Amino acid sequence: MRRVVVTGIGVVSPLGIGVATLMEGLMSNRSGISRLEALEGVRGLRPRLGGVVKGCDGAHIPRKYRRSMTAMSIFATVAASEALAQADVDHDRLSHSRTGLCLGSTLGSAYALQDFFGHYLPATSIEGIRSTEFFKIMNHTCAANLTQYFGITGRVMAPSAACSTGCQAVGLAAECIASGKQDLMLCGGAEELHPLTVGTFDIIQAASTAFNNDPESTPRPFDDARDGIVCAEGAGMLVLESLDSAKARGSQILGEIVGFASTADPSNLASPCPQSIAACMHSALDDAGLSPGDIDYVNAHATGTVLGDAAEAEAIGELFGARPSVSSLKGHLGHTMAASGAIELVACLEMMRLGVIVPTRNLATSTYACSLRMPLTLERGLFNVFLKNSFGLGGINTAIVLRRYDDRD
Amino acid sequence: MTEIEIVDRINFVLAEEFEIDPDRMTPTALFKDDLGLDSLDAVDMVVVLEQEFKFKITKTEAYQAIRTLGDLHAFVLARRAEASGG
Repeated sequence: MRRVVVTGIGVVSPLGIGVATLMEGLMSNRSGISRLEALEGVRGLRPRLGGVVKGCDGAHIPRKYRRSMTAMSIFATVAASEALAQADVDHDRLSHSRTGLCLGSTLGSAYALQDFFGHYLPATSIEGIRSTEFFKIMNHTCAANLTQYFGITGRVMAPSAACSTGCQAVGLAAECIASGKQDLMLCGGAEELHPLTVGTFDIIQAASTAFNNDPESTPRPFDDARDGIVCAEGAGMLVLESLDSAKARGSQILGEIVGFASTADPSNLASPCPQSIAACMHSALDDAGLSPGDIDYVNAHATGTVLGDAAEAEAIGELFGARPSVSSLKGHLGHTMAASGAIELVACLEMMRLGVIVPTRNLATSTYACSLRMPLTLERGLFNVFLKNSFGLGGINTAIVLRRYDDRD
Repeated sequence: MTEIEIVDRINFVLAEEFEIDPDRMTPTALFKDDLGLDSLDAVDMVVVLEQEFKFKITKTEAYQAIRTLGDLHAFVLARRAEASGG
């Protein structure tokens, strides 16, 4: 199997556009959560908060490409452009058959679905529906839009595994390169906030509702006062390539992907059990040829739900003990769902480069403080190996292991 | 509406919908080669015109023959004349 490295990263998140803005926000403990007017009038809906992207309308994207995009495709295009610029990937390489794309979202656009059925249902009519509506609705809308925009001709995949999507997309892309099917992959996840997802977490009693008048105090991953998820939106994109390709191009290497696992938990549709989480992390470590003692930092999925955080804390404690630092970035960002795995991976790579560990925002008092090492302030010091978790509705768990690239290996 | 007003209205709604510089909206402009519109845009053009002028456009021979903006002006003017019995 070939070694796979990261040579470019890009982000659009509730903290702003670009990796530098994301890191500035995370390191200065900013919150991307605010009260949303769009949720005020929804009958029966209790959460009023979300993490929305501001100032990313895609006006610079030519209409030919923009006409089939909704917000999440625009976010992904902007994030991918940043990642490709950093990796210095030119058009010839981008359109080469050995370059592919792996990008997913939780759903096709719920706003486009709403538009379609808004036309269709009142009179069972398709009259007046625009030609590009379906291109926004289809499950691989983000992947299809970026394929067109960037002129990709290689393998295109659009995994969809709810909140595991971003992490799974990166892992699958890495496997494409490791197996020799592609040399370079653009990969990640994207999400746009719609009342459908906010409402779904409310319906299943997993949304934060107690902090509607104090938006920046929620979500509270691992904190004893946590009361649920705050939905958010954005996109995270990475450029992966074979080590040989990166060396031949003289690329700056931001990290190496050394292990990946995607496992299923058939015990519950909505909440993973500690055993399945531990098994997934164990499998990723096996894939990396590493032991738990090799991991310096665990970037938790921890969304701020009572059950999910408890299960993850138990699994991390059992597998790693209190040695590695553990934090979740959802206290800053909210849960960017399909984008979360990729956005948070980008942040982890930057934390590794900068030698900092961002603590969990809104974590004050935690039952798990004695079993896990959870920094409460920005922790400084180089670390070399980290594991990132992402778990999705439907029982799809993913874990990915990255390390600092060392050319002596 | 006078014929000039109708032509101006067609140009306006198409320029808005397809983000075309109004200076390029000349009667000889070819939809594909000069205005950069494709088959998906042709579908949306029908939707826009039907909504604007409140008549149904079917894929008749006259419609299929449209190549330039001037052809479209003539087509819409003829359809409006038919609709008003003129």
